[in-house]
Amino acid sequence: MSELRPDLAIISEWISHESRVLDLGCGDGTLLDHLKRQRNVDGYGLEIAPANIVSCIDKGVNVIQTDLDAGISDFFDEDSFDYVVMTQTLQAMYYPERLLKEMMRVGREGIVTFPNFGHWRCRAQLALGGHMPVSTTLPNKWYNTPNIHLCTLKDFESLCRKLGIRILQRSVVDHAHRYRLGGKILPNLLGEIAIYRIILERRFS
Amino acid sequence: MPDILPADSIGLVTPQVAHFEQPLRLDCGRELGEYDLVYETYGELNSARSNAILICHALSGDAHAAGYHSMKDKKPGWWESAIGPGKPIDTNRFHVVCLNNLGGCKGSSGPNTVNPQSGKPWGPEFPIVTVRDWAESQARLADRLGIDQWAAVIGGSLGGMQVLQWAIDYPKRLRHAVVIAAAPNLTAQNIAFNEVVRQALRSDPDFHNGHYYEHGVVPSGGLKIARMLGHITYLSDDAMRAKFGRELREGKINFGFDVEFQVESYLRYQGESFVERFDANTYLLMTKALDYFDPAAAHGGNLSAALAGVEAKFFVASFTSDWRFSPTRSREIVKALLDGDKTVCYAEIEADHGHDAFLIPIPHYMDVFGSYMKQVYADIPPEVTV
Repeated sequence: MSELRPDLAIISEWISHESRVLDLGCGDGTLLDHLKRQRNVDGYGLEIAPANIVSCIDKGVNVIQTDLDAGISDFFDEDSFDYVVMTQTLQAMYYPERLLKEMMRVGREGIVTFPNFGHWRCRAQLALGGHMPVSTTLPNKWYNTPNIHLCTLKDFESLCRKLGIRILQRSVVDHAHRYRLGGKILPNLLGEIAIYRIILERRFS
Repeated sequence: MPDILPADSIGLVTPQVAHFEQPLRLDCGRELGEYDLVYETYGELNSARSNAILICHALSGDAHAAGYHSMKDKKPGWWESAIGPGKPIDTNRFHVVCLNNLGGCKGSSGPNTVNPQSGKPWGPEFPIVTVRDWAESQARLADRLGIDQWAAVIGGSLGGMQVLQWAIDYPKRLRHAVVIAAAPNLTAQNIAFNEVVRQALRSDPDFHNGHYYEHGVVPSGGLKIARMLGHITYLSDDAMRAKFGRELREGKINFGFDVEFQVESYLRYQGESFVERFDANTYLLMTKALDYFDPAAAHGGNLSAALAGVEAKFFVASFTSDWRFSPTRSREIVKALLDGDKTVCYAEIEADHGHDAFLIPIPHYMDVFGSYMKQVYADIPPEVTV
């Protein structure tokens, strides 16, 4: 088996054995497959792309084909999961705020990753180049990008505050999903991908 | 009619009959003292008898799901698209069993067969059977065939309802449940369509209260209308527009009531061919089985409670343009399974074919179905070799 993508490796470190996990936008099921085998996790994935549904089923991952923008309340009651994970999906949602609220409702903890729009290269391209940033993490042009709700670490954290969400843990990595010293010192400037572990304040004890 | 059988077809198949003398107590309170079930099988049963798949048919289906009865057949079985060597239900791997349900008109005991007590055709005297009755009769066939546990029970539409019933009634007798284009019960709109069908059949002057066999006639007008209505609802608006548009058969309007538009010609053809192959009393029974199906009813309408005891792993699929058994209804099933932490995969397949999509080899549909069936195969317990 090829090595797990580093951000997924970080996430799986945060997930305890034998827990229940919901993966929003689970892609080809790599994370759930890994968690199932390494941590005996019981999980479901939600995904929209037909080819990914096939890949998930091939891996024996429980996958539900649905559009996350239609919400997840149709399927899941409150507190159905220990963790709800959303990797590189939030920024492509029409209603990220609603989805964030829903994920914190159906799960005890949330794990969210997204590309940091506050990274210095993004800032430089906009400030000096005068054009929308294009990078390894954000490879599309403004007119064909699926990423319609980009944000910075600062933006995300202020939304969390607004929604009564406490940040339990934060990591930033570069586009190759590696830890760098810079990301630790100036995460919003030097981190390319943000990884958060979050919980509702009212659940935090 | 194939000159050469296609390589991905199971080929020539022969229906078999199982006769049962142990009375079957039905939901309606009546009892069938003895009855026949006609069935077909495709593919080898392994020595552990653990690779068997049960196929449940829909409203107008029968035991002939795949292959050909003779080289003169114009068409193969009704689910040839999914059953055969290398197809999702791979006959190189599975032993597939499909039967004609009780009340059917293709060989199993039903209105057009002889009532052993009176020596005359059952006609309208054949008891109304339910999906639960069917599952019980199918379980008896499984006993007869020596199949303790199905690798999977699979069905589309009304067939999918039978799969749900199986998972509820015999949780240990199936490892996988494949429910395609189905619903946990019919909507009022669906029951309404069925009622129009029943009125069309019963108001035909040749219906004779269901005793038409004795009069040597068939209520063909009613059957035609019933089938035409059915066909309209099995297709989507888009599919009909794409297939027929406003195309005229003779390229001009004739200011008359003969067939003018292509869609009229299609519906009339479908109606007429149905008259030749189907029985009005069976049609009535099938619509009733559909209307009555509601496993949640016994649990105060709570489907999650109805499915609480299921042990099978589920694959649920729906089609985006299916408005008779819409994706919303399949999602209800998925939701109820998730409530009980059941193992479930759900595919909502983009297709503009309407309800009929479940019989059509749409690439993504065949891909996910095939992938799931590989999991079903992988779940077959290893055979113990002595």
